[in-house]
Amino acid sequence: MRRNGWNLALFALMGGLLLIARLIRPEYGASDLQSLATEVLPIAFAAAAQAVCVIAGGVDLSVGSMMAFTTVTAAVLMKDGSEEFALVAVILVLLLGLVIGAINGLLIVVSRVPDIVVTLAMSFVWAGCALLVLSTPGGGAADWFKSLSVGSWGTEWVPRALVLLAIAVGLVWIPLRRSRLGLSMYAIGSDHVAALRSGVDVRRTKIAAYAVTGLFSAMGGLALTMNTGIGTPVPGPYTLASVAAIVLGGVSLVGGRGGMLGPLIAAFILALVRYDLFFLGVDANFSTVIQGVVLVVVVMIGGLVAIRRSRRRA
Amino acid sequence: MSSEAARRDRPVFLSVEGWLRQFRERPIVPLLLLLFALVVLLFVVQPGLLGRPQAWLSSTIRFAIPLAILAACQSLTMLTGGIDLSVATVASAAGFIVASQAPSQGALPAILLALAVAGLVGLMNGIGIGLFRVQPLIMTLGTGLVAGGLLVVYQRFVITVGARVPEVVAAVAGGTSFGFFPNGLLILVPLAMVIIIGLHRTGFGRLLYAVGDNPIAARLAGVRTWQVYVGLYVISGLLAGVAGVVLAGVINTAAPTIADSYLLPSVAAAVIGGTSIFGGRGGYSGAIIGALMLTVLNSLLTVVSAPQPIRPIIYGLIILSVAAAYARVTDDT
Repeated sequence: MRRNGWNLALFALMGGLLLIARLIRPEYGASDLQSLATEVLPIAFAAAAQAVCVIAGGVDLSVGSMMAFTTVTAAVLMKDGSEEFALVAVILVLLLGLVIGAINGLLIVVSRVPDIVVTLAMSFVWAGCALLVLSTPGGGAADWFKSLSVGSWGTEWVPRALVLLAIAVGLVWIPLRRSRLGLSMYAIGSDHVAALRSGVDVRRTKIAAYAVTGLFSAMGGLALTMNTGIGTPVPGPYTLASVAAIVLGGVSLVGGRGGMLGPLIAAFILALVRYDLFFLGVDANFSTVIQGVVLVVVVMIGGLVAIRRSRRRA
Repeated sequence: MSSEAARRDRPVFLSVEGWLRQFRERPIVPLLLLLFALVVLLFVVQPGLLGRPQAWLSSTIRFAIPLAILAACQSLTMLTGGIDLSVATVASAAGFIVASQAPSQGALPAILLALAVAGLVGLMNGIGIGLFRVQPLIMTLGTGLVAGGLLVVYQRFVITVGARVPEVVAAVAGGTSFGFFPNGLLILVPLAMVIIIGLHRTGFGRLLYAVGDNPIAARLAGVRTWQVYVGLYVISGLLAGVAGVVLAGVINTAAPTIADSYLLPSVAAAVIGGTSIFGGRGGYSGAIIGALMLTVLNSLLTVVSAPQPIRPIIYGLIILSVAAAYARVTDDT
């Protein structure tokens, strides 16, 4: 119930921000919604990626680099291939994401180095791999692939990018969440010693969680190629954005708590804040300031609530 | 207990175990060996450097100093189980404030202003982490975003035409005396001594270890942990400010992004230096060696003209393997 409460509050916040956009600019409508969804798509996938490994008690600072690696791979594979081959390319890129994510997890488990250090080091490695694949922005994308994230579905009020996001994340997360593996991820995130004692294979679960993180990162990379039509080998600000989105989305950095809906809404909220300020005529450079302030204020309120709750219990 | 005593009696250098114990208790020794190995490797691939080792040494040290100061921020915050991700932005801001304000205000007021801004960001971090119990990773990430955004806005509104690094800063931070002695050492050495002695000999230093080892136990023992956090993050902010001013002097450029690429290396230097990211274990001396190692590694990768993509890959893998070696050796189980 408490998690739903947080999600409801996020929904209300998002609705409020949309309402503000509408009030400032009466012509704000369906097409703006579509472009918002298109723009948010990579960040939303990055948030989903970060959410999985944080729920399992880790953190992945290489999400942005993995996205860069997969986006250039996709762009190179699709450049000279036929429209049909693009489908194969998508599958190959998703597999690549799964593999590099699993490598992150494997290194964490084998080296016994803290997650944050391993993924920090691997963020250099994956960024270097991206440059190996493509040294300057380039490549291409199939036409049907590019059209996946623009326009609408059915009525003009349902952006196609939103449908794509819901299907892609849902197809992976809903079965996972209901499976034994998903339960194990929550278990090792909330208390890995207790999980170990109740028979969870902590190491294998951790590797699997990072593999799923890699898979969602690959989706984020594909979304980047989708939106731009090319691949850029330089990691964008997606690692930091993903951490901001999951914290705002109610995923506890301590692990074991939170869901997938919150981070996705949070990704939209962070983008909407920027939109609203842009419409208000605020200097575009203030957008990072405001994003930072939103992040800090939200976590401070969260901290205050947690302190008061623990005082009441004591 | 008795087996422990027996182990201590055996000559250290005769057993693998003795070496490992040496490694565990004095991580500085193997780190120095590793640094030495890197330097030897550098001279092997680039024999030309042997002709003028002083110039090479002096420039390496000059470039390692800002990184070493930033690594202090990470070492200190990591001792309490935290991290400071705002240091790179704060350092960039401090360097740029000095460069943009010094022509009109004079060098000293500009430096003081830069340090005040740096301390203010640290204070915000400390309040969020100490009073509101926000995770350090998130709090410093947020303040870093805010500071970075404000810096861009500031750059827009301030007249930056005449912005340049004041000569005194360039001379003290980036210059050399007697042809080879890097003046920056005059800043780093006292600073490092204060930090190292402060960590081991003062109450505040021990509180950092205590809070990092077990924050609940520290609180129950009567430590006002929030005061420790506020003090710590203000110090971290100030150190980042100093690093930014020094870096501005070293590279002698007025730009608002000078230190941005130093964030990950600063964490890496602290980790290589043997500070546990979970808190309670580590120190600063190793981080200085770590900073030197990363700088030598960088020039090694430049000298062998490794293709641009290969460099970050090697960089990342080396950080990972050093950290893994540490985890193996210092693991008490």
